[in-house]
Amino acid sequence: MQLTVWTYEGPPHVGAMRIATAMKGLHFVLHAPQGDTYADLLFTMIERRSARPPVTYTTFQARDLGGDTAELFKNAAREAYERFQPEAMIVGASCTAELIQDDPAGLARALKLPVPVIALDLPSYQKKENWGAAETFYQLVRTFAPKVEGAPARAPGPRPRCNILGATALGFRHRDDVVEVKRLLARLGVDVNVTAPLEATPSDLARLADADFNVVLYPEIADVAARWLERTHGQKTVRTVPIGQNATKDFIAEIAAITGIDATSVLQDADARMPWWSRSVDSNYLTGKRVFIFGDATHAVAAARVASEELGFEVVGLGTYSREFARDVRAAAEKLGLTALITEDYLEVEQAISELQPELVLGTQMERHIAKRLGIGCAVISAPAHVQDYPARFSPQMGFEGANVLFDTWVHPLVMGLEEHLLAMFREDFEFNDAAGPSHLAAHQAAPAQPAAPAANDITWSKEAEAELTKIPFFVRGKARRNAERFAAEQGLAIIQIETLYDAKSHYAR
Amino acid sequence: MTPTATNAGCDSNALPVLRERGQREVFCGLTGIVWLHRKIQDAFFLVVGSRTCAHLIQSAAGVMVFAEPRFATAIMEEKDLAGLVDANEELDRVVDRLLERRPDIKLLFLVGSCPSEVIKLDLSRAAQRLSAKHTPRTRVLNYSGSGIETTFTQGEDACLAALVPEAPSADGDALPGLLIVGALPDVVEDQFARLFAELGIGPVAFFPPRRSGEIPAIGPNTRMLIAQPFLGDTVRALEARGAQRLPALFPFGAEGTTHWLKAAADAWNVPEMDFRRVVAPHRERAKRALARSKETLDGKSIFFFPDSQLEPPLARFLAEELGMRPIEIGTPYLNRDLLSEEMKRLPEGAQLSEGQHVDKQLDRCREARPDLVVCGLGLANPLEAEGLTTKWSIELVFSPVHGFDQAGDLAALFARSFARRSVLRV
Repeated sequence: MQLTVWTYEGPPHVGAMRIATAMKGLHFVLHAPQGDTYADLLFTMIERRSARPPVTYTTFQARDLGGDTAELFKNAAREAYERFQPEAMIVGASCTAELIQDDPAGLARALKLPVPVIALDLPSYQKKENWGAAETFYQLVRTFAPKVEGAPARAPGPRPRCNILGATALGFRHRDDVVEVKRLLARLGVDVNVTAPLEATPSDLARLADADFNVVLYPEIADVAARWLERTHGQKTVRTVPIGQNATKDFIAEIAAITGIDATSVLQDADARMPWWSRSVDSNYLTGKRVFIFGDATHAVAAARVASEELGFEVVGLGTYSREFARDVRAAAEKLGLTALITEDYLEVEQAISELQPELVLGTQMERHIAKRLGIGCAVISAPAHVQDYPARFSPQMGFEGANVLFDTWVHPLVMGLEEHLLAMFREDFEFNDAAGPSHLAAHQAAPAQPAAPAANDITWSKEAEAELTKIPFFVRGKARRNAERFAAEQGLAIIQIETLYDAKSHYAR
Repeated sequence: MTPTATNAGCDSNALPVLRERGQREVFCGLTGIVWLHRKIQDAFFLVVGSRTCAHLIQSAAGVMVFAEPRFATAIMEEKDLAGLVDANEELDRVVDRLLERRPDIKLLFLVGSCPSEVIKLDLSRAAQRLSAKHTPRTRVLNYSGSGIETTFTQGEDACLAALVPEAPSADGDALPGLLIVGALPDVVEDQFARLFAELGIGPVAFFPPRRSGEIPAIGPNTRMLIAQPFLGDTVRALEARGAQRLPALFPFGAEGTTHWLKAAADAWNVPEMDFRRVVAPHRERAKRALARSKETLDGKSIFFFPDSQLEPPLARFLAEELGMRPIEIGTPYLNRDLLSEEMKRLPEGAQLSEGQHVDKQLDRCREARPDLVVCGLGLANPLEAEGLTTKWSIELVFSPVHGFDQAGDLAALFARSFARRSVLRV
């Protein structure tokens, strides 16, 4: 058993719902008790979808358990087919139905419905949402785009052609990323064959093989399917995720290498304002801002690269809840001289942020709440996200426009350059002080909660040093405190005086 | 706990009931934790369940992590399913860790879920074992909020029923006391307490209490006013302790609140004149507050999808006091005992329905084209997109709506959907 306050991912059947809801012409029959329909509101409320997810729940109750829950399933599946007339159906069990072992696969087969029915095995007690989405997509791709023995090899067309894989319902900015990536591909002269799962029908999936290569936007969702397509149809996979200026260039270069296209003109994209925004002198103050990053693996790794290479931040913490992709995150962290935090435990993440005292947190909606409590600026970079992270405006994370968006949204929560200097110069102004928060943001941040980080090994602070510490702006105060304590410990000092504070400052400045 | 059809009450003069089963678009009883954990301030709710349970609660709660929540989920994993011995050991370990982190917890509820019920993890034995271990600091109780047994607000019923045995006994010689049953917002409790004091009714206690150590004594001289229609098991448990229920309408609107207070006034032999003198100003104020929404709501038709069991009393209030025309009054479960007074006053021509087959009900709703649809969050946006006007039902459970001074607010919740439609030009 795992004690959980908040969870980053739902159960695997919610992942399956994300695929079904993203697609058209597919219906999902889920063997599940009353209450599991809560998942509908993720789509209708958080993502503001205007239609119900295409999911039928069997809704069994305690009194059915002694009786015939299997019959309930069969009725629900039959009725769902008749009512919604889908091109294809998927069937599966939620956590409780898994325990009663009704075998939706066999029951669905017995119904002999006139459309393909794909049975999903979604082990709720081992796996989670993203795994469920990846598995569902993989099973659908296998079913609809099989290897046809003896079929002639596909002749390359006049222009290169690709599929875009991985965008789902309830994904973080998936809608806009697809638009931006399609625009990029069009400028490169690459045709898009199928985009899936978002907006695809089962018959679209049947055309997947008719492309030269696959672009995987979200490995958490589409990596398994892309590997299968690679093995089965010999399609190459573009794995660079184009989040950030440099990754977008790498993405273009990877496609150019596969297709032989000359990408020079696209690489000098005039839309790419982010590099100049970052190099302009106004952005000097961004240098070395301490940032903590946590999210799904794809977005966390991408954010670490953008933060360190393209904005000049110092990444002080990097982690993910995506265990399946922990290796990638560990490698990215190692490059930055860090140890990755791999956990699904929100309390561990909170602990890490509170200890590291970053000036900016890039995370999910959970980290936004943590940051708010600690009085630290935050931008959301990854699912799970809340309703305000599904904006009406076009706001991709990918491509050159995505890089522009990243610059704007990550810089916004920070105290701005000159303001930072003023705060440092006049620390005791009653209206304009660091507890008041960045002045361009609405009235707000409560004084940051002091981290409950007791001085390490019996070192105490003199009253004067403690008072001096409060004159240091809050966003570097935590670092100053830790440095002073580390310095005192190294020097064998029992009490930290004002001089110790400045000695430590000069010591670590070297 | 399982809803079973009781035939007590007044079937003969009540509306015919359409009973349906099929897909239910409702929450399970775990959802009640979202308000209960704020109501009882030193209690903690530990769901013993799956990742789905944890995901449900945080989705229903809209993830409001502004303060550390007083609930959590012990998520069962593959190895917990292998053997119940291990599951119990794991549970003990999780509870130890939790109580270590939160030494302020005085009352811990182990909350059963669909998977814990299906594998027959005996949480009442676990609660006894853990109570013995952590006494006197923390008392451990259990109830089931599972979807296979409870719908949405029935979770509160199950929780309060589990709390009843904790109440001290009041002996037969004790003075008669009034017990208000059902979780109410603090502000509403305070208003009612003032009204009862003015009427000379008392002592008055509220159940659940705000702190776990303040559970009122129950005995044969306890008289109960029920504040929520979904508390069938709790009321039965309190009756088994000798308490007597004062049948009344539920305190929604000026009429409902008057009727509810009158039931207590009669039990305390408050003279009619005194009752009127005390209640009249409050009642008038409520009526004035209703007038504005009535302009909007009068004559409008309304269709309730089942959600909280509040639907029949709300339909009565909207029909009698605001002139609305209920087309269908859906409720997950029709508690005929507690609704006996309400059932007599439901408007003719309305279809009462119990249980749900959501697709068939949506067909009926589209066919009827009501002016206002009351439904859950999963249906609201899709119906709005089809051109229907909706009201989220969950807000009726999460807002102060009881009593005279909330009558206007309650009406305004329904009027607001129309107001928005009339101001928007997009």
